[in-house]
Amino acid sequence: MRLIRRLGEWLDQRLQLGKPIHDALSHPVPRKSASWAYVFGSASLTLMILQFVTGLCLAFVYVPSANEAWNSLQVLNHEQSFGWFIRALHGWGSNFMIALVLMHMIQVFLFGAFKFPRELTWIVGVFLLLMTLVMAFTGQVLRFDQDAYWGLGIGASIMGRVPFIGSHLVHLMLGGPIIASATLSRFFAIHVFLIPGALIAFVGVHLLMVLKLGINEWPMPGRVVKRETYLKEYHELTHKDGVPFFPDAFRKDLVFSGLIILALVLCAAYFGPFGPKGQPDPTNVHAMPVPDFFFLWLFAALALLPPQMETFLLLVGPPVVIGLLILLPLVSGTGEKSWRRRPVAMLALLLIVVALAALTQLGTYTPWSPDMDAWSSIPVPKKLLEGRTPLELQGAVLIQAKQCRDCHSLGGGGGLRGPALDDVAVRLTADQLIRQILQGGGNMPAYGKNLSPAETTALVAFLKTLHPAGQRPATDAALLNTASTPHGGVDKTGH
Amino acid sequence: MSDPSTGKEAAAERPEGDIPKHLTRRQMLLTVAGVGLNAIAGVLFAAPIIGYLLAPAGRKQIKKDIEWLSLGDLTQFPAGETRLATYRNPDVRPWDGDTGNIPCWVRCISAGQFQVFAINCAHLGCPVRWFPQSGLFMCPCHGGAYYADGARASGPPPRGLFQYDYKIQNDQLWIKAGQMPTLANPPSMVDANQPKGRSCA
Repeated sequence: MRLIRRLGEWLDQRLQLGKPIHDALSHPVPRKSASWAYVFGSASLTLMILQFVTGLCLAFVYVPSANEAWNSLQVLNHEQSFGWFIRALHGWGSNFMIALVLMHMIQVFLFGAFKFPRELTWIVGVFLLLMTLVMAFTGQVLRFDQDAYWGLGIGASIMGRVPFIGSHLVHLMLGGPIIASATLSRFFAIHVFLIPGALIAFVGVHLLMVLKLGINEWPMPGRVVKRETYLKEYHELTHKDGVPFFPDAFRKDLVFSGLIILALVLCAAYFGPFGPKGQPDPTNVHAMPVPDFFFLWLFAALALLPPQMETFLLLVGPPVVIGLLILLPLVSGTGEKSWRRRPVAMLALLLIVVALAALTQLGTYTPWSPDMDAWSSIPVPKKLLEGRTPLELQGAVLIQAKQCRDCHSLGGGGGLRGPALDDVAVRLTADQLIRQILQGGGNMPAYGKNLSPAETTALVAFLKTLHPAGQRPATDAALLNTASTPHGGVDKTGH
Repeated sequence: MSDPSTGKEAAAERPEGDIPKHLTRRQMLLTVAGVGLNAIAGVLFAAPIIGYLLAPAGRKQIKKDIEWLSLGDLTQFPAGETRLATYRNPDVRPWDGDTGNIPCWVRCISAGQFQVFAINCAHLGCPVRWFPQSGLFMCPCHGGAYYADGARASGPPPRGLFQYDYKIQNDQLWIKAGQMPTLANPPSMVDANQPKGRSCA
């Protein structure tokens, strides 16, 4: 025991770190801030350290070359002891980290913690969020599979929309004229050296400011932040009714971080590593690229933006959003902190969360994409074929063979790009069906060149049978008026 | 004031950037030499680094990347069909592996008349797939669709499929290619959605 103490003293005489560490640990925090609401930041830091450890482990085996990267991931997954587990920890760690960073940000926003004097802490935090997202995207690229290859294609295509310098930006991003090894090498350098280095520096500044400025007090409605009086009020609050950060507030951070690490280990062990999916061979055109979970909202937005505004929104949107996040504490640096007195801020937050969640949910099943295998893998439901004439049955064959099912569902099976056809006869008359098929329109391609008149007749004959029992098919009002009987007898198919 | 010791003290007390008045000649020279040397060294050090990092985006480099490349014998492309062809990235490195093989769609309209389409969707670069049954190219990412002649049929693409310039030489089909087609780098100005009149050289 004495030996350890003497060793400690010997070291501290030289390092002189004992006092600053003691001061940092014992700095007073408001009693109410030693709360479960304040644990997300420390958990994000814990996860970042874990990512450094697992990332370093992966770098021992991974080969950043277009020809070898995919194979080295296979070695990690199947040959190297615990390789699959380290990959799973790193992949799930990335998801956990984005989730916690977002929760941390939402908590800080809710509690008004970005206000005076913590504006710069928030701004540095915005950059930390951006770096976390860049790490997630570049990490997905290092998992060099089909998704990574075409994800790079999407990135390059976005760059290609920048006016004047687009061409140069594409080459700069790819490290050459085409996605290749040079691309992977530069994303490796960014993921492994550039951003982690910047992360360490920015996290250092972020933490330094937390220590120097103190942890935000629990917001109370009516306790307004004023530049002239805040520092004095905060000093009084922490010194009259404060607790030392260590160990009082630290205990909850400790418990939460432990829970997060446990959850991460369980997820990694149960679900295993992400991919890699198919080999990064561009000549395999059967690839169905999908981004990782936290970019699904962006994937969905890119499919749903109005085409005329797309380039504008793609190029102007991100700088505006980042600019607003940076300006937030500068514009609204004083005033009420409590969420109960900030209705506009709360509504804005709610709107953003709901929008991102809705886009993410759409991104999980991509209703805008044709289901490219539906025509050959999902048959027409049997009950739609019973009692049909040979001509109508020929139409049912064509609806598969001409790949209508890739975009249109029948009986719940098929693509979601166009409307379901189960009740199409109620909506469109025979003439309208012919016009729609041959000329297209409303996002449907025209099939005039690809259907013979006989095929069109058969297809429409089948489509005219598609109406729910008890609902009459649509009829041409003009023909109805000229018909002698009130029920028309216009429905040529007899259904 | 000429006493060197007082001069030194005064300089030490002053904030940086406000030095000139009480500097001795020797200190002045050293400061100028120090700043100057580091400025020159900095430029000499940084200029090659910037040049190195920006090299792939240089105008000359971009021009050099485009070449005439063979897609193989004409017999591979029967009239009336659209088939996948592959060329090797001219800028290939030995460790590029399969990523050096770049696909494209070749449509032979009639003997000697071709359209060669980029694999990349004009929307955001995903690989379009040809469906002869419905006569459409479909993109798996955001639902873009094109007709057999490359014209935009539906979905978010802002134009028709990118087309490569082609020529026939020694019974082989050649295309002018070598960079990933994007809106900033279309391989040729031909767009099936534009009114005719423009043609490939």
